[in-house]
Amino acid sequence: MDFQSILSAATGEHGLAVNPWAAIAYLVAGVLFILSLRGLSSPATAQAGNRFGMMGMTIAVVTTLLTHAPMKFGDATNSYTGVDPVGLIEILAAIGIGAVIGIVMARRIAMTAMPQLVAAFHSLVGLAAVAVAAAAYLNPQAFGIADAAGQIFTVSRIEMGLGIAIGAITFSGSVIAFLKLNGNMSGAAIMLPGRHIINLGTLAAIIGLVAYFTVDQSPWVFWTITGLSFLIGFLLIIPIGGADMPVVVSMLNSYSGWAAAAMGFTLGNTAMIITGALVGSSGAILSYIMCRAMNRSFISVIAGGFGADASAASSGSTEQRPWKPGSADDAAFLMSQADTVIIVPGYGMAVAQAQHALREMGDLLKKEGVTVKYAIHPVAGRMPGHMNVLLAEANVPYDEVFELEDINGEFAQADVAFVIGANDVTNPSAKTDKTSPIYGMPVLDVEKAKTVLFVKRSMGGVGYAGVDNDVFYMDQTMMLLGDAKKMTDDIVKALNGGGH
Amino acid sequence: MDFIAIFSIFVLACFVGYFVVWSVTPALHTPLMSVTNAISSVIIVGALIASAAAGSASSKWLGLAAVVMASINIFGGFAVTARMLAMYKKKER
Repeated sequence: MDFQSILSAATGEHGLAVNPWAAIAYLVAGVLFILSLRGLSSPATAQAGNRFGMMGMTIAVVTTLLTHAPMKFGDATNSYTGVDPVGLIEILAAIGIGAVIGIVMARRIAMTAMPQLVAAFHSLVGLAAVAVAAAAYLNPQAFGIADAAGQIFTVSRIEMGLGIAIGAITFSGSVIAFLKLNGNMSGAAIMLPGRHIINLGTLAAIIGLVAYFTVDQSPWVFWTITGLSFLIGFLLIIPIGGADMPVVVSMLNSYSGWAAAAMGFTLGNTAMIITGALVGSSGAILSYIMCRAMNRSFISVIAGGFGADASAASSGSTEQRPWKPGSADDAAFLMSQADTVIIVPGYGMAVAQAQHALREMGDLLKKEGVTVKYAIHPVAGRMPGHMNVLLAEANVPYDEVFELEDINGEFAQADVAFVIGANDVTNPSAKTDKTSPIYGMPVLDVEKAKTVLFVKRSMGGVGYAGVDNDVFYMDQTMMLLGDAKKMTDDIVKALNGGGH
Repeated sequence: MDFIAIFSIFVLACFVGYFVVWSVTPALHTPLMSVTNAISSVIIVGALIASAAAGSASSKWLGLAAVVMASINIFGGFAVTARMLAMYKKKER
């Protein structure tokens, strides 16, 4: 028995009649995707990882084009007479249009807007999954998932039902996440009365219909599943507040993976299944890391409403406490005399576009012989790892940037902690005050540094969680009130000897 | 391929994903998301099959639309990841 027939014997009754070489090519693509994520274990190997991903995708696309080229049907001979050039051009044109749009978006996007871009990309994966599932439903024979009478196999119906449901939820959920992140829609948590009952009812209806789809493949069942899934995606994300967006983006990342996996089951395609599983796990782990960093349970994030609870908590006591103001000159003097300065950037720093000025400040301090380090809280940006990208964009070397658990022990030895655009992630009440809405959240121990310089727009505003920060009122704290970028620029001037 | 064979691959791939993703450094979590985004667009395989198949015009156009969407993701996702990764530099000594 030759290789071809051994493999054909191994491929069973379900799925497309797969060319064994194609099956191996898809497997290779799947392995390359694994290597692609493996590369991200260090910035040194990450670019190679990205190239593995591109190779895997090229193999998957070329294999599919070769095994499933559009064929011309000759009426005279009543058989396929070769590749249909028009069909092939249509497909290549579709790829070309996508390539141009994708590359232009990737080049133009500002690094601060990365969460919106990722949400937009998620929505496209979701919609593409819906389109593929619908195409498979309308033309099941082409996908090899139906018998001669047009009856779709039972297993395929479940896979298809799940695929379209997850795809539709990914799409509509990501659209809402995009609108919230992009500021087109209020970041506040929007509460519908009785939303838990509506959501649970809709979910139950979807599951029930997917089950019913196995016995009745009528169009109304299929399209109702699709419609309800779009609806539940909107309903699930609308009540989630802006502060929880890092979790939501990670969760939708996970869903886009499961949607790809479900379609992989339908097609019996290993590249899709491996990728779906990788992406699904990746998003799930990132959601978990983000929840842990905010000390929130996944269920409470999904149930929604962080912003609303917190603002109610803050409106309680607003007593006046003494605090110490400082100037850019004071800050420049203090830091230039220090041995170690730890910079704690938050999203406010990125909003003010202060990262380049901040790096310049760091460079000047290093020239004075000061050790400069950056401390990043996991939720410092709007998505996992966002702050690291923003600092990398400003040419901050990645080996000066440390994660919370790696640097927290060093604040006690640091002369200055320079907090800029961050607030809640430095609040010591998360460690001590059981009534605080952020109690239990891991925080950066800035109060242990000899001096804390806190750059903040004004004393009035509070962070996302809406709680006051005791660090403002401590003896060793100097408040530098003003715009983050202007303040940093002034410090740079003072360090340069310009000053006034 | 029969369902159990595919399902086995899926379960094993979930475990591989679990261990590989925990080994990703937190500094690269944003590029991780953009690259997973790009590779989840491997769904383009299904879109290409639908666009090439004869028999249903609506199925074909849905397929072509999905090819466009997945291509945006593939090219955009890999390009933006490459752009981000190029910014990560070590300290000059």
